[in-house]
Amino acid sequence: MFDFSIITNWLHQSLLSVMPEVWAVVLECVIVGVCIILMYATLAIILIYGERKICAFFQCRLGPNRVGKWGCIQVVADVFKMLTKEIITPNQVDKFLYKLAPYMVILASFLTFACLPFNKGAEILDFNVGIFFLLAVSGIGVIGILLAGWGSNNKFSLIGAMRSGAQIISYELSVGLSMLTMVVLMGTMQFSQIVEEQADGWFLFKGHIPALIAFIIYLIAGNAECNRGPFDLPEAESELTAGYHTEYSGMNFGFFYLAEYLNLFIVSSVAATVFLGGWMPLHIVGLDGFNAVMDYIPGFIWFFGKAFFVVFLLMWIKWTFPRLRIDQILTLEWKYLLPISLVNLVLMVLIVVTGFHF
Amino acid sequence: MNKQDNNKSSYFYGLVHGIYTLLVGMETSIKVFFRKKTTEQYPENRKELKMFDRYRGTLTMPHNENNEHHCVACSLCQMACPNGTIHIISKTIDTDDGKKRILDRYEYDLGSCIFCQLCVNACPHDAIKFDTNFEHAVFDRSKLVMKLNHEGSKVVEKKKES
Repeated sequence: MFDFSIITNWLHQSLLSVMPEVWAVVLECVIVGVCIILMYATLAIILIYGERKICAFFQCRLGPNRVGKWGCIQVVADVFKMLTKEIITPNQVDKFLYKLAPYMVILASFLTFACLPFNKGAEILDFNVGIFFLLAVSGIGVIGILLAGWGSNNKFSLIGAMRSGAQIISYELSVGLSMLTMVVLMGTMQFSQIVEEQADGWFLFKGHIPALIAFIIYLIAGNAECNRGPFDLPEAESELTAGYHTEYSGMNFGFFYLAEYLNLFIVSSVAATVFLGGWMPLHIVGLDGFNAVMDYIPGFIWFFGKAFFVVFLLMWIKWTFPRLRIDQILTLEWKYLLPISLVNLVLMVLIVVTGFHF
Repeated sequence: MNKQDNNKSSYFYGLVHGIYTLLVGMETSIKVFFRKKTTEQYPENRKELKMFDRYRGTLTMPHNENNEHHCVACSLCQMACPNGTIHIISKTIDTDDGKKRILDRYEYDLGSCIFCQLCVNACPHDAIKFDTNFEHAVFDRSKLVMKLNHEGSKVVEKKKES
């Protein structure tokens, strides 16, 4: 199994040989930050391209296919177009909040992104309350959305932001409860340990029925958390033009757009880490030859493969179902998902106490 | 309320039925995902492109191998046309059976045609039909006025009933 910490240790040692430890750590932080930003941008481009292609295929179209082979540099061109656009500040906006809002959204997205374990030894933020931290910082995003709606001084934006706030705060309960269900099974909240414990079977199989229910609830609630269809009524074009980012242009809009897609990836990769084993290869107890073959595939390929599989599931959901009304969204959360996840939590506790899991 | 209605509005029936209908929708959309795509990439596939049969491209008058058409110059199509797109110029000739009116020129102005197909429907002899050729661009409007009957063509002789 390829261990990424070899590279980081080597980098640390070689930096220590030329400078004191404080400076080495500072420099490493800068390097890691740049790497995160680059990965973030690359993933956003891949996701936007994937979304446009997958959406097209679900609608029996071909999708972008003119810029580059199969349209593969279409999104790169779009990003450069976005970067060259003027950032307009409308007259009557609350200037400070208006300019702060996209950075709050992107900050929350970056912080959650940094929690993900990409490979063995490639965890950036890894400490004993990892899942707790992830849920907490993902909650910052909703502040950015509310600020954007309020600061824009626009009724559409405000309605969109309030809808988004109601929706995200409601669905955060289900996300939290399904994560809690899994924490009961896992017995730890540290991402590196979560992945290590799945070496002899992913938690989706270990926890069987309650884990499967938690997985489905997590997918539904996570999809609602990132404001994607069928829960995309905060930015319902037909009613609200673009919801909370109506007034934003240029890269300020780009930040919302990037954060939306990266939140999709973050939700998927957390699902992949907690339920599908993260970077841990598929191991079946008893089949040692098979396990050894699987170990030859590096961890980050497993991680991205699983994450993009869940991304595909979410896109499949998005391009199948029509948008829900606000009352239907709240009914789904408070009458269905929340009671089910509470019962599921009790079920999981019973199973763990009786030792009925694998 | 009888028992069945009660059953249908219950919480668990609604939940299970809802999940079932969502799965039906997802099954449908994944089938579309793997289906052959309907997009035509027009200038590139110009050679292979085949429009569907009922596409109304240009009005034509089919001629058989003896350069014969079916038009009897009754001008029903001219009357059916809402735009005055069709002009039928006929002439009278002498035959063994007496005088007979035959088609001289069948003029069709593509520039004012709205492709409503009323002329085709009006024709009692199926002498005209729409083909699927849609590449109509020309540099001069006068080129849009077309003569549909071929040079030297004549109407198909009706088989003498013996």
